[in-house]
Amino acid sequence: MPASHPEPGMDAILADYRRDPARHDELLDASGQIRDHWRALFSQLDAGPQDLARRAIANTRRLIAQNGVTYNVYADPQGTDRPWTLDPLPLIVSAAEWPQLEAGLAQRARLLDRLLADLYGPQRLIAEGIVPAEIAFGHPNFLWACHGLQPASGRWLSIYATDLARGADGRWWVLADRTQAPSGGGYALENREIIEQVLPGPLGALDVRRIGSAFGRLRDELLRTVDPGEAPLAVVLTPGPYNETYFEHAYLARRLGLALAEGPDLTVRDNTLYLKTLRGLRRVHTLLRRLDDDYCDPLELRGDSALGVPGLLGAVRAGRVRIANELGSGVLESAAWLGFLPAIARRLLDEALLLPSVATWWCGERPALEYVLTHLAELVIKPTYPNQRFEPIVGATLSGEARAELTGRLRRYPHAYVGQEYVSLSQAPAWRHRPPYALTAKAVSIRIQTHAHGDSFEVVPGGLARIAPAGEANIVSAQRGGGSKDVWVLGDTLIPPERTLSTAATRLPRPQDEIPSRLVENLFWFGRYGTRAEDKARLLRSTLGARIDPRLWPVALAQCRRTGLVAEQGDVRLALADDTHPDGLRADMRRLVWCAGQIRARLSSGCWGAVATMQRLLSSEPDREQVAATLDTLAVSLTALAGFTLDDMTQDSGWRLLRIGRSLERLQITALRLALHLREESILLPAHVEWALGTFDSVRLYRQRYMTSPRLAPMLDLLVRDADHPRSIGFLQRRLAADLAQVSAEIDQRVDGQLESPLPYLSDDELLALEQAGAAGSALREATATALDLLAAGAARLSDRIAACHFAHITLDARAILS
Amino acid sequence: MINRVRYRVRHVTRYSYEAEVMISQQLLHLVPRPAPYQRCLEHAVEVIPAGHRSDGVDAFGNPLVRLEIDVPHTSLTVTSRMQVDVYARPRLPANESLAWERVVEEFRYRAVPPARELLEAARFRHESAHVRIKRVFADYAAPCLTPGRPLADAALALMHQIHRDFSYAPGTTEIGTPLAEVLEQRRGVCQDFAHVMIACLRAHGLAARYVSGYVRGVATPSDAPAVPTPVGAGASHAWISVWAPPFGWIDLDPTNDKPAGLDHVAIAWGRDFADVSPLRGTILGGGRHELQVQVDVEPIEVDDDPCDVERVA
Repeated sequence: MPASHPEPGMDAILADYRRDPARHDELLDASGQIRDHWRALFSQLDAGPQDLARRAIANTRRLIAQNGVTYNVYADPQGTDRPWTLDPLPLIVSAAEWPQLEAGLAQRARLLDRLLADLYGPQRLIAEGIVPAEIAFGHPNFLWACHGLQPASGRWLSIYATDLARGADGRWWVLADRTQAPSGGGYALENREIIEQVLPGPLGALDVRRIGSAFGRLRDELLRTVDPGEAPLAVVLTPGPYNETYFEHAYLARRLGLALAEGPDLTVRDNTLYLKTLRGLRRVHTLLRRLDDDYCDPLELRGDSALGVPGLLGAVRAGRVRIANELGSGVLESAAWLGFLPAIARRLLDEALLLPSVATWWCGERPALEYVLTHLAELVIKPTYPNQRFEPIVGATLSGEARAELTGRLRRYPHAYVGQEYVSLSQAPAWRHRPPYALTAKAVSIRIQTHAHGDSFEVVPGGLARIAPAGEANIVSAQRGGGSKDVWVLGDTLIPPERTLSTAATRLPRPQDEIPSRLVENLFWFGRYGTRAEDKARLLRSTLGARIDPRLWPVALAQCRRTGLVAEQGDVRLALADDTHPDGLRADMRRLVWCAGQIRARLSSGCWGAVATMQRLLSSEPDREQVAATLDTLAVSLTALAGFTLDDMTQDSGWRLLRIGRSLERLQITALRLALHLREESILLPAHVEWALGTFDSVRLYRQRYMTSPRLAPMLDLLVRDADHPRSIGFLQRRLAADLAQVSAEIDQRVDGQLESPLPYLSDDELLALEQAGAAGSALREATATALDLLAAGAARLSDRIAACHFAHITLDARAILS
Repeated sequence: MINRVRYRVRHVTRYSYEAEVMISQQLLHLVPRPAPYQRCLEHAVEVIPAGHRSDGVDAFGNPLVRLEIDVPHTSLTVTSRMQVDVYARPRLPANESLAWERVVEEFRYRAVPPARELLEAARFRHESAHVRIKRVFADYAAPCLTPGRPLADAALALMHQIHRDFSYAPGTTEIGTPLAEVLEQRRGVCQDFAHVMIACLRAHGLAARYVSGYVRGVATPSDAPAVPTPVGAGASHAWISVWAPPFGWIDLDPTNDKPAGLDHVAIAWGRDFADVSPLRGTILGGGRHELQVQVDVEPIEVDDDPCDVERVA
């Protein structure tokens, strides 16, 4: 910033921040003063708000990019279509008001849990006329197949999230209850992780309550009911990488230390749920599902679901698995329940409902319908059931004809609609994200998560705040591109910072090290495609350099075509851009990126960064003038990927199969390509050998090692016999055998892993004899080339055997059939 | 007048698979449920290959057999045999049933305990897997549901209308065909006829359920020459029930354009086909499959008593 431009102080930062008399202001009180619980944060900002904001915003962006926080793995790697940004300025909830909120949320969780038990049990509330049958029976997530179920844990609800907003009166109101498979917890954890790095000072100075430990206790809770003596296993069930919140599933699985699985990774046998792993079937005790309940079991629920686990409901019925949340809990996701909750609380808990909900009228009741029709202008009309194709309508915006149409609808199907008070959300300060940095007022709502904990519920002291996009005063939605904030609940020194477990832990938590077979298969192919793409990038790069040599060029071009890098008649310079060639470099890169998406949860941030670079290369049109530079970038990121994969990942059986994939691929490619070289007369020319060494990334090593001009015999010594060079066939054969032996030992199962025709050892004399010119020399070279071809074929067959032995059972998909 | 027919029913379902099935899980609705006008004397379900079997009752009170077969197999044969007595139903004066709008009004929530049977019926008023409720169904049924018309009478008119407008055309629809498309094409099989009629009734706020069962394949001795073989014989059949106070549930068969009676053996009822399909399962492996179904419904004993039992007109 130029010296002439003075650093604006706090006054300047707040110059554009306006109170709105129609709504509550989180930051300023009625007299325009900063509220007490925000003061400490603002006094920290005072030190240099411009600089602080600039750094905080830049660091937040960088950390988000690093974490790869996108809704979707396949999203634009630039992150431009990321659904929400993270504003580094938190939303602060004071220590004084938190206990009421906490008590209200815990009560609500208890209430909704009991409500589910009644709806899926005696249905007393319906029989007594306290709640209407229509709300439950008409709800697509009221699952009759679950009627009469007794959850293994006694709990219907393990994870509950609440959307809250503060009304003009300053009170918190519940906007919506999330009981199906609440999202947001993972994002809250991630936001906090980022803010801890961006604003470490204020977090500590303000005594902000931590949220991480609550998630640790959730993990304990999920495995609470496991019989002692059994190795507990909990799994996060995700619909897969195409789901919009997949990032969160993967992130949560990693933070909670649970396995991440998709439907086909799981199976039910004899009313018991199992994870298919490399070691065989492992019993699953708890499923944290991020899949809607009606999709969870194609046998008993939606028959058209390919995402669920056939027979899951049977396992639940037998009390053999706990599900968070239990199947059927989605029925409570309807605004229609809100108006009935006070009566339900009196009946089920004999308590008054502590937290009010936004005033809501369910039109199925005649007086409510008449009220809604006469007060349309003050209300929002919403559907009762989530499967209705009906976007909420703000009554005030309706003209005569549209209003008549809506009235008709409401009269025809009154039970399918609710009228809800149009809420004025409170406003909170948020940074403008470009200089000069200043605070603007944004409408805000918060999502707080509550977890079952023994025989009570624990409210997470913090959460996700969502801010409305510019111009939207009262609508907060990730889909509409709003932003998010970390919610800070300030500590009260009177409350001990950590709650102790109500039940003593009986066992040391064990890492959940079970790897689904499908994941292992993708690790294996990730290894193969990574190596394949790396090899092709190097071959292409070296070949471009050979263009100036008229004797070498046809040979190099032929090799590019024989190895499938370039299509027959294809142009080498266009190979990087060719999207149509099925064996081309781009096709391999795409497969690699796809595999990376499938094993996302296992990849370190370094790995993911290299994958992101590749995604970027794939999504941009390659510059034909910059082919060499682009290839260098690609080769470097593929090598980095290899480095990160080998060093950064947990070295379990899954990782070992990844490395087996790499060894097999490299063995096969090296053997095939060396055979091609040996069949060319020009291999006796130094220029050819140098080019060949380049394609194996071994030029420098050759020079250091042999101090001689490039020659065939020393090259083969390096690429075939050398026991230490990670690209030599000798090295690869040895590492492959060792890895296969170790995997066999780890999974107690013999892997049929002998390479059928390993390359016989070549003596010095044999190597030198290959350098002879004339017919004798070429016959010897042909013999070695044949041996190399056999080796390559053996490696391909070994790969097939490994696949058949370890992955084949997962390629069978369960299918639903009706007669 | 006949007041009881005893039937012997045999229902064979056979799947042949192209490749071995490794695991098969099946839910069977093949055992007749208790119902006011019928009594099951005996029944047996035989499965080849045998698997783990457990018998229970589903959420709608239908007997349900759960099956898990974990030996590799290339065919699955399920044979259900039963003997059932079906009794004639009393004559219902359709005009004395409650007006249809009154019935809808009875379902309305009033914050007081609803009658038990009304609550039972309330399960069958909403959308379900195969029955989306759309405006088109309400419109199609509107000519029958005229203001103040007694519900039983209106439902009979709707049944006639569907039977008149729709052609019975096996092979033109499948389980996945959207109901709105069936309505547009005006053709289908008994399942479609039943689903359309259910959608029409529910679209007006009424309660209607799907009944799965069998219809007699040959005429009874007393009226042998006059009555042709009912449509739907030789396979599973389906019809509907509508909640029409004060009579309670009335069974109507839109495929055959008559109320269900002495020709009908009920097996199970639910919101639609998905709740009660005879075999519903998932398999692991198997490749392509072929399905053969054979149903024999044989009247083996007929009671004729002088007492007056007529059907609904």
